[in-house]
Amino acid sequence: MMKKTVSLMFAALLGCVLAVSAHAQLVVEIDDGNDNPTPVAVVPFDWSGSGVLAEDVSAIISADLRRSGLIAPVPRDDMLSFPKTPEQVSFRDWRMLGTEYVVTGRMQPQANGYLLSFDLVNIFGQRKMFTKQVTGGANQLRDIAHRAADEIFEAITGIRGAFGTQMVYVQETQRGGQPSYALMLSDIDGARARQIRRFSAPVMSPSWSPNGQEVAYVSFETGRPAIFRENLRTGARQQLTNFKGLNSSPTFSPDGSKLAMVLSKDGNPEIYVLDLNSGRFTRMTRHFSIDTEPNWMPDGKSLVFTSDRGGKPQIYQLTLATGQVDRLTFDGDYNARPRVSPDGKTLVMVHRSRGVFTIATMDIVSGRMRVLTETRLDESPSIAPNGAMLMYATKRGNKGILAAVSLDAGVKYSLPSQQGNVREPAWSPYFD
Amino acid sequence: MFKSVKTGLGLACVLAVTAGCSSTDTDDSANQQMAQTPPPVVEETTATETAVPLDNVVYFDFDQSLLKPSTRELLIKHADRMRGAAGTVRLEGHADELGTREYNLALGERRANAVRDFLVLQGVNAANLEVISYGEERPAQEGSSESARAMNRRVVIN
Repeated sequence: MMKKTVSLMFAALLGCVLAVSAHAQLVVEIDDGNDNPTPVAVVPFDWSGSGVLAEDVSAIISADLRRSGLIAPVPRDDMLSFPKTPEQVSFRDWRMLGTEYVVTGRMQPQANGYLLSFDLVNIFGQRKMFTKQVTGGANQLRDIAHRAADEIFEAITGIRGAFGTQMVYVQETQRGGQPSYALMLSDIDGARARQIRRFSAPVMSPSWSPNGQEVAYVSFETGRPAIFRENLRTGARQQLTNFKGLNSSPTFSPDGSKLAMVLSKDGNPEIYVLDLNSGRFTRMTRHFSIDTEPNWMPDGKSLVFTSDRGGKPQIYQLTLATGQVDRLTFDGDYNARPRVSPDGKTLVMVHRSRGVFTIATMDIVSGRMRVLTETRLDESPSIAPNGAMLMYATKRGNKGILAAVSLDAGVKYSLPSQQGNVREPAWSPYFD
Repeated sequence: MFKSVKTGLGLACVLAVTAGCSSTDTDDSANQQMAQTPPPVVEETTATETAVPLDNVVYFDFDQSLLKPSTRELLIKHADRMRGAAGTVRLEGHADELGTREYNLALGERRANAVRDFLVLQGVNAANLEVISYGEERPAQEGSSESARAMNRRVVIN
């Protein structure tokens, strides 16, 4: 009887969620999961307030955990009961289902928002692992859910969760027969997409500042490419470059004080570093070939970049103190747009093998390369701040879509846009 | 002399724009763009000067910025018309969708530079040539067919 009432409430809740996701710009589709994900039941949370909550918090947590590929949420229909507290958890019932962990939770209203108390119960160990609390404002139900998912994920896998992070990407749509470009900001699950700025000329190469407050990007709005930085909170914007030729590929240094970029004012594309405090530009490469797509090593002491100085695009490392350049990739005839994992050990890149452009990783020490994706025209990989997954752009039919893959290639999901072409995802840093 | 060149190019531009917008002739922004290009009025010129509008796009092979022999002939004709003329001509470099966006931006510039260098060798004043690359951001043709890609690996003389 009890269950029935809750289920009914659920149907109402679910209806709400579906209505919301119909407005979302990007919708998650799981393509491939890990072989042995941990079964975890996130039981529908108790709600002691009046009316129906605008978001189904436990469903958002389940969706977060599922996207990680390491956890298999137990479907609600399979649950024999909906316990509200760890004391109500029947270890025997859940063991029969093969569930390894159960999450119970209680949502309650508080001044201008909500309080979630949630518990993680280990079924096989027959013990409560923790009870934690998350609070949030009236419009922060999704943030509360992501925060709780981070805690649950880390307790089970030992990996810091990145469910509360965001991404910036480029969206191209047709407006009155002309292409229109927008810089978009959304949660990392594609929800709550909003436009940062709209452009009538191309915009490209968005890149986050390490504190998560700014993005740098390239806009053609002045008639030629120029680098801008924009504060996401205040909307304040500054044009940083207006040189003749290319002004492209901005990336913030790990301490946020510098911006590496590409300028071709000397006649061909060279890597420059702009000191954001002094405004001084320092030329870092001197070669007649194309040098582009710089990205910082986590220690800030060297840059990796793409160059065709060897005849084909390959990835090189530039030590800033000495100017020494070392080639890093030797496998394949097209390796470009490198990004470095947060631990500095792995390179991800666009790699061409047998004429197909895929995303590949390379262990920097051993040089061992591994292809992660099997779609075509894959580009613009951007790594999560926990180093577990990366987001990239690919094509489905003639449509540009975003997709994600874990760095061990075990998990894949895509985020097709309901509107226009989307590309160049940039995964945010942690916000705390 | 230069006037007729501009007329020719203008005509080509208008044609390109009209071809570009498939069905919506009433579209505002398209009209705006057409308004900006010189009107294709037929000038009173002598028979020899009424030049056929020159094709203003040259094409390249994948990941290449070498000028093809057929391209050279066309560029020599352009150079003949540009030499001694005032005004700036924009050389817009483009790439196909294959490869990374920022590398393609560089590749588009390299292609436009190849056209510029060739024109300068033919006696065109370098100060009158402006190079800009759009990389793969402004394809002439959507789609992933080889014919679409071939149309996108280009430099547009504007």
